[in-house]
Amino acid sequence: MLRFVAVRLLQSVVTLALLSLVVFVLARTTGDPLHMILPMSATEEDYANARRYLGLDRPYVEQYLSFVGRAVTGDFGTSIRARRPVSELLRERLPNSLRLALFAMAVSLAMAFPLGVLAAVNKGTGVDRSAQIIAILGQSLPSFWIAIVLVEFVAGRWQWLPAGGIGGLSSYVLPGFTLGWFVVAGLMRLLRSGMLEVLDSEYVKLARLKGVAEVRVVWVHALKNALIPVVTFAGIYFSILVTTAIVVETVFAWPGLGRLAYDGITSRDFPVIQAVVLTTAAIVAVVNLGVDVLYAVIDPRIRYAR
Amino acid sequence: MSLQAVDPAALALPEARAEGPATLRGRRLPWIPVGIVAVFALVAVLAPLLSPADPYEQSLRNRFRPPVWEARGSWAHPLGTDRLGRDMLTRIMYGARVSLAVGLLAVFLAGAVGAAVGLAAGYYGGRVDAALMRVTDATLSFPVILLALILAVTVGPSFLNVVIAISVILWARYARVIRGEVLSLMERDFIAQARIAGAGAWRIITRHLAPNTLNTILVLVTLQVGYVIIVEAALSFLGAGIPPPTPAWGSMIAEGRDFVTSAWWVSFLPGLAILLVVLAFNLLGDWLRDTLDPKLRQL
Repeated sequence: MLRFVAVRLLQSVVTLALLSLVVFVLARTTGDPLHMILPMSATEEDYANARRYLGLDRPYVEQYLSFVGRAVTGDFGTSIRARRPVSELLRERLPNSLRLALFAMAVSLAMAFPLGVLAAVNKGTGVDRSAQIIAILGQSLPSFWIAIVLVEFVAGRWQWLPAGGIGGLSSYVLPGFTLGWFVVAGLMRLLRSGMLEVLDSEYVKLARLKGVAEVRVVWVHALKNALIPVVTFAGIYFSILVTTAIVVETVFAWPGLGRLAYDGITSRDFPVIQAVVLTTAAIVAVVNLGVDVLYAVIDPRIRYAR
Repeated sequence: MSLQAVDPAALALPEARAEGPATLRGRRLPWIPVGIVAVFALVAVLAPLLSPADPYEQSLRNRFRPPVWEARGSWAHPLGTDRLGRDMLTRIMYGARVSLAVGLLAVFLAGAVGAAVGLAAGYYGGRVDAALMRVTDATLSFPVILLALILAVTVGPSFLNVVIAISVILWARYARVIRGEVLSLMERDFIAQARIAGAGAWRIITRHLAPNTLNTILVLVTLQVGYVIIVEAALSFLGAGIPPPTPAWGSMIAEGRDFVTSAWWVSFLPGLAILLVVLAFNLLGDWLRDTLDPKLRQL
């Protein structure tokens, strides 16, 4: 088991190292950031000074190595635009994004569970079909569009919830719902097929024969085992959630990582772009690692494969 | 008994395609999604012929005309006009061109690259597999929209950049799935038999492995077209996709965003178009998966 975790951990580190290189190269090719910071009247000398001050005049290899060296210790340099340490910005924004992601995950689970179980229990009926349509609808709605519609009606015309920004629990509802609905389809489908398989198994039949109430058979006996495949794909859903969050955070003016990334890219803020991409990738890697380990614990066959 | 008497059929290699018969016969086609996709494809191809106006023609006197069913609407602009008095119906029709073109191009590019990587990784195994899968994992953990935004800012937003940005990330999904498929195919007897018969790597990959992954690729392609259309629209919405004034659904939604209260149709209708097309592709992909490849339930 320890060996399995060690191998997977090493793989994640290699993946992150590879990604850091890609990010570094991409960030350097996005044009000269100095054009964005210095005033129009800046002279050649001003440019040279600024370049030296920001360390942009050193060879690329050196810039990359010092970037990696400091990134490992959590130091991502200074934001070119905000003129503040990037780590400070990350500390401010990351919790907001994580909270939103967790809320969205809760929304998607709260929708996927009843939909998936009901669809499986009523396979082939109208209930099954409606549940699938609700799920697939979420996957087909452009999040920025449903966001605009929700803001206009729920926040604007009816004034039930705040339209944007971060505040109390009510400010989570619209962005969380927009984000969460998108991943319901995948989760629900997994639960449905898992449940269908399990409901057909011997132990469920035995539970029924023993006279266990049907509600208990479905929601306790069967659901527990139908959850196993869901756990494995939680990692993939989380990374989809992170990606979609960029759009949702931008529309809802949510002060999170996604919004930070968007602002960073539009103002060519290298250090911020690098930090956000690597942080996101690191989170995805950690989640995937956790999922793999969890899965290996649940299902020992996985450990010995490969 | 001479050797010539041996029945040649007994020596023939099993037909690669004979594995896992893909029968679409006997299953009813889902007519509604097929119909929606067909209508949008037709509209996209024939936009110049079908549309009632010029998508770029502005008319400031006719700004924010509502659709025909609203009180002030008229048949001159069946779906109303936008901020610059351009005909909404026409622009939505032209928008279908952008969305479908990006969707299909990106998916086929990504599918081709991903399938090649997946086939190579699965066939060669060992170091090749490990190296290719590391790259695949790194790609998978890179948010699509982030890369597309970076590219848009680097090289400037354009049709080609959107396609490239999306394909550069999307291939990894195919690579993962196809590799898994190839790994299980490699265990099968017909591959061993092909080897014994002296088939080289190229022949085994192209004649025996690739045809057996076609169903999977087809399912993935269909399921991903919808996702790509949404990503393209999101990019255009953020100003990093198809640059204006080209009519793209995402940028149309963005343009109407500030006027939702007074002129809801400008943002609402292009979104509805996206919803319809993406929903149709997703339903179609779902159906294909259930029909051709039920093991792919998690995609």
